[in-house]
Amino acid sequence: MTLSFLTSVDWYPLILSLKVASIATAIALLFGVGLGWVFARKKFPGRSVLEAVFMLPLVLPPTVIGFAILVAAGRRSPLGNWLREHLDYTIIFSWHGAVVASAVVALPLVLKSASAAFANVDRSLEAAASTLRQSPMSVFLRVTLPMAWPGILAGTMLAFARAMGEFGASLMVAGSIPKQTQTLSMAIYDAVQAGQDDLALLLVIVTSVLSIAILVFSNRFFSLR
Amino acid sequence: MRPVRLLTLALAMALPLAVSAQQLTISAAASLTDAFKEIGPKFEATKPGTTVRFNFAASGTLLQQISQGAPVDVFASADQETMDRAAAQKFIDTDSRKNFVSNSLVLIEPATDGPAIKSLQDLTGPAVKKIAIGKTATVPVGRYTKQVLDGANLWTTLEPKFVQADSVRQVLDYVSRGEADAGFVYRTDAAIMGNKVKIVMTPSGHTPVTYPIAVVSESKQKALSNDFINYIASDEAQAVLTRYGFGKP
Repeated sequence: MTLSFLTSVDWYPLILSLKVASIATAIALLFGVGLGWVFARKKFPGRSVLEAVFMLPLVLPPTVIGFAILVAAGRRSPLGNWLREHLDYTIIFSWHGAVVASAVVALPLVLKSASAAFANVDRSLEAAASTLRQSPMSVFLRVTLPMAWPGILAGTMLAFARAMGEFGASLMVAGSIPKQTQTLSMAIYDAVQAGQDDLALLLVIVTSVLSIAILVFSNRFFSLR
Repeated sequence: MRPVRLLTLALAMALPLAVSAQQLTISAAASLTDAFKEIGPKFEATKPGTTVRFNFAASGTLLQQISQGAPVDVFASADQETMDRAAAQKFIDTDSRKNFVSNSLVLIEPATDGPAIKSLQDLTGPAVKKIAIGKTATVPVGRYTKQVLDGANLWTTLEPKFVQADSVRQVLDYVSRGEADAGFVYRTDAAIMGNKVKIVMTPSGHTPVTYPIAVVSESKQKALSNDFINYIASDEAQAVLTRYGFGKP
């Protein structure tokens, strides 16, 4: 690998992957914590079925997720049609589509760890906080969430790792458009397909090193606190 | 004694397979999917004991697989360039190479609520947001498209609208779902989705679309592979290909 080869490599897919994975993880974290708390604390009919539905993306092939998003938000769907007519917007073939796909596949990882973490929080501590005139929201933010945080964080890291590696569903929804929606995993796929093994290998090394670095760093950073 | 007996049994069961089954693996351009699936059983009927399996993808992808040592007997590409590359790298037996059909490039749009394109120039208009094309590196239809659009001085202008697909069939899928407003496919592909896509025009300015077929050098069944290639040129197989809209080579 010569210097001219390295400088000729397009790094846009790397930046896009980081952007897509970060936003998708943030969305998954928000929904995962909310839903995880509901599933851990609330009893209602059909709870376990609903929880299983949210866990589906972990089990189903990414192609199913991709197809589902296409059917739900594609141009021929009511939602996709409405967005196109009124806002002239579509998530298909846009990097937003990759964010949605990645968030859907990453959600179960946050949700499961969050709901397990919430279930393990000592309820008597929450009760004690309540007696000290803390509002339910304050109890959640000052007692429940800090105690559940390590578990949630572990799930969030898995979610980020999963979102970085997302390929199938994103490809179906966002397509592989260079400079627009081509993420790192798609760039690797295209390079292999086109027989550019050098480029594929380089991207594989970069993505591996980067992912390890991010996971190690965030592990350290958060566990020290 | 047990393991030995088990092994004997396994071998005895595998033996008939090894003797009678002749399996021919054919890697063919995605645009040939429907026609070849119909031709396969017809060829099997002429050679009892032979099973044909097909591997359909973009020609460039197929060549890549062959170069990595995929066990393929016959290769059918949708353009001469891919086959030339295969020949240059000695992946095929050049004397077995033969052109067997021709096709034409068409511009399509969704049959319902399409942008009503009339000419190539219309692709630059605001009604056309996304144009599906084959990836130029691996998909022959993408290269034919590039020749046409380069000729019309539109390639660079239209580039931001391109959605690059893995095969001609993916282009067809994008347009038939209405996710892309226009796309370039072969006439034979457009015919398959006749109710969902509409042919707008047949652009000129590209090299003629002819499909070559050849025996893969690594094939262990050269005779049978040649039989298949001869069968593709037969009246019976050509009749099927004509029905799907392919032209004479």
